[in-house]
Amino acid sequence: MIKIAVVGLGKMGLSHQSMINMHPDVELVAVCDSSRFVLDMLEKYTGVKVYTNYSKMLKAEGLDAVIIATPSKLHEPMIREALEHDLHVFCEKPFCLDQEEGARLVDLAEQKQLVNQVGYHYRFVGAFQEVKRLLEQGILGTVSHVKAEAYGPVVLKPTGASWRNTRSEGGGCLYDYAAHPLNLVNWYFGMPDAVGGTVLNKIFSQDSEDEVYASLFLPNGVSGQLSVNWSDESYRRMTTKITITGTQGRIYADRQECQLYLRDSKKIPTDLMAGWNVRYTTELTDSVWFYVRGEEYSAELDYFIQKIKRTDNNNINSFANSLQTDRTINLLIEDNNSIPSNTATNNQQGMSKNWWQRVVS
Amino acid sequence: MFGDNQFFGVNHMSEEKARAQSMRFRDTSAIIEVLDIAYEAGIKTFMCTTHDRIGEVCEYFRKNSDRYPDYQFYPGMPYAHKYANAVTDYGISGAIKRFLPDDGLFDAVVRGGSSIAKKEIDGIATLLIDAEMKMFEGLSTPVIFLQNVVTDFLLGLGMKDAFRIFADHIKNRYNAEPAFFTMNMPKLLDVLEEVGIENPIICSSINKLGFRMCGGIEAYEQTLANRQFRPVAMSVLASGGIPPREAIEYVSHLPKVQSIVFGASSRGNILQTKALIDELLDNQ
Repeated sequence: MIKIAVVGLGKMGLSHQSMINMHPDVELVAVCDSSRFVLDMLEKYTGVKVYTNYSKMLKAEGLDAVIIATPSKLHEPMIREALEHDLHVFCEKPFCLDQEEGARLVDLAEQKQLVNQVGYHYRFVGAFQEVKRLLEQGILGTVSHVKAEAYGPVVLKPTGASWRNTRSEGGGCLYDYAAHPLNLVNWYFGMPDAVGGTVLNKIFSQDSEDEVYASLFLPNGVSGQLSVNWSDESYRRMTTKITITGTQGRIYADRQECQLYLRDSKKIPTDLMAGWNVRYTTELTDSVWFYVRGEEYSAELDYFIQKIKRTDNNNINSFANSLQTDRTINLLIEDNNSIPSNTATNNQQGMSKNWWQRVVS
Repeated sequence: MFGDNQFFGVNHMSEEKARAQSMRFRDTSAIIEVLDIAYEAGIKTFMCTTHDRIGEVCEYFRKNSDRYPDYQFYPGMPYAHKYANAVTDYGISGAIKRFLPDDGLFDAVVRGGSSIAKKEIDGIATLLIDAEMKMFEGLSTPVIFLQNVVTDFLLGLGMKDAFRIFADHIKNRYNAEPAFFTMNMPKLLDVLEEVGIENPIICSSINKLGFRMCGGIEAYEQTLANRQFRPVAMSVLASGGIPPREAIEYVSHLPKVQSIVFGASSRGNILQTKALIDELLDNQ
């Protein structure tokens, strides 16, 4: 049995706890959080051992691995401490707010040969995996463009500050939402060579952006457009979409389906045909051992456990993979900072001022 | 039984279709129209979430009870999205406080306030159930379900007592049958039996594809064959992943399955599915 603890019992931590507790190869040994209320409830009704002190838990429990789901700014010190205790680490996204520290953690995990995984769950969604498979076949010929989008109803009115909407703590639409489509772009095409025209615009939040738009200049001449808004109530829940155009056709994918349009040619594989080829989540999704809120969340944890069992740290969503996404995010922030403030639409006052300047001049 | 996913933009296959449906059903009268078609076809049970819009549907059925003397609601609670968002924003105890009635009810203060202080889930859970049930006042709700996200989350954590608390409150306060949605039917049945909920009503995905049947299709078939419970089949058509006749034929050959819940928006689909269920399930 693999002995695991979960630290950080917010929405993600509790759902990880619920899934991992049912895994046949795992013994959930303890959980850790700063909220006594949550810990007391869990202790009373589930009997799990609880800690408020992370270091104490790591020292006392003889763990094999830890799942970290604390606020983003705590990822770096907590991952480091876990690796120093020779523990395999699954950490929620984003990986690490400071890229230099992130690079050191990549090295440390590699040096210690520990499984290191970050919770970019879209890489475990059947439709996005299908996109990866099709791209690796070169099905689209020469790819020219990717459009990466995410929309959803997270911040719909001005609210008080919390870590989730403070960029310096890893909150905001860029870290929380845009990280997902960016991570898919990194998976499909690698790191952008450069980014441009980055808009980080506030709609309701005080200390972070609510929408993100940018151009991505990817390897091999592939261009990309990023379009993300977490203040869009017209979406029932977070919706991530990828559209890829190439000389031989186009792919569109979201969580539910992968649509492929193929131009007629001699090179079409036997399982596909010219015109539209659609595959749905019902056929693209593998069964999981336990389901709480989407197969992908169960699948990423099972993958982590299987990698530990095989002591194989050549895993998907590794720290190194996820550092690419952190670096891409950083490129966007730097690009946005470099845009002269009188042209940047950083807030709505700014927008109306520009509009007035144009009218007056 | 008639389901409500199609009214609220839930479709397991296509976001586009889901959006088209949520446009079509933005007006509650469009929902009633479809419920009427189902009613005329003889489907007189509406299995629904506690989405705010269901409150308007309830209002309609209360006002027109003469026209639907035998209509029944099987509510499934809670509508989990609102709670999940609140937990992220306010933490667990903050979220619970936000959903407790804030009109100074003595009962709420005693049950809710002291429960939070003592970290007892009985008081909190029963208050939340009562808050969710408010919209069904005066309507027939003989069976009340716990939604699968909550059922499976509690099952995963091992909060077994919560099922007992839910079941007792549903029986005592609403004189109704407690029931459970789940994506992990065999595992849930073990735990429900363990806490003394006998012959439970469990609604789970049951389809030929094995879609959302955790533990595997064989484990489901074994459980249906060998265990004592009252299954309700959902996702029988796997959102259109299986042709209707084939889909219902599969379910009709399984032991114990007497009830199917399905959602559809067009007269053609409703009548076709109902006719297939009548033909195949009754011929078991």
